[in-house]
Amino acid sequence: MRNRLKVLRAERDWTQADLAAKLDVSRQTVNAIEKAKFDPSLPLAFKIARLFNTSIESIFEE
Amino acid sequence: MKQAEQTLNQRINQSNKHLAIWTGTWLVSTALLAFGPKLIWDFATALTILAILLNLAAGAGMTMANIRHLQSLDELGRKVFLDAAAITLGVMVVFGVCYELVSFAGAQFAFEARISHIYFVLGPTFFISMLIGTRRYK
Repeated sequence: MRNRLKVLRAERDWTQADLAAKLDVSRQTVNAIEKAKFDPSLPLAFKIARLFNTSIESIFEE
Repeated sequence: MKQAEQTLNQRINQSNKHLAIWTGTWLVSTALLAFGPKLIWDFATALTILAILLNLAAGAGMTMANIRHLQSLDELGRKVFLDAAAITLGVMVVFGVCYELVSFAGAQFAFEARISHIYFVLGPTFFISMLIGTRRYK
């Protein structure tokens, strides 16, 4: 699933490790989501959306 | 904000430690059950039953530690682990049935075919599956 996670992260000048820490997941998970290799669960998608103060649809697209 | 990441790592480290302790306990209790009756207590029934109960209890502890370890991982970690477990389960069924049938069909091995031989296939299968799964999402 394509997403804007990398862009949103870069806008805030966060590293993958920073974002991983905020989401309580591994850096590998953040990297896999950014590269669209792994689709996050709904709870994690909500967590990501809340963290960036936006909606899930504005981050993830089919 | 490194604390949350450390919390994940701490959770994984702690569950790894518990898993190692329970696996070790199970191994020791299995060795006790395998060799104890003949070498230590001369087939005394009460001690053998005690060793069986100890082995089952350690096995239950190891299983619970495995479940807790799985729960300590994040969702990608769980996916990699479960994929590897599924592959290992498939290999166990296919290899186990094939191994038994081949020996049942009269194939001559240099050794007696035993269920424990499957462990020598399962261990590397799980390890390689975990390795491939981890690399796939790197």
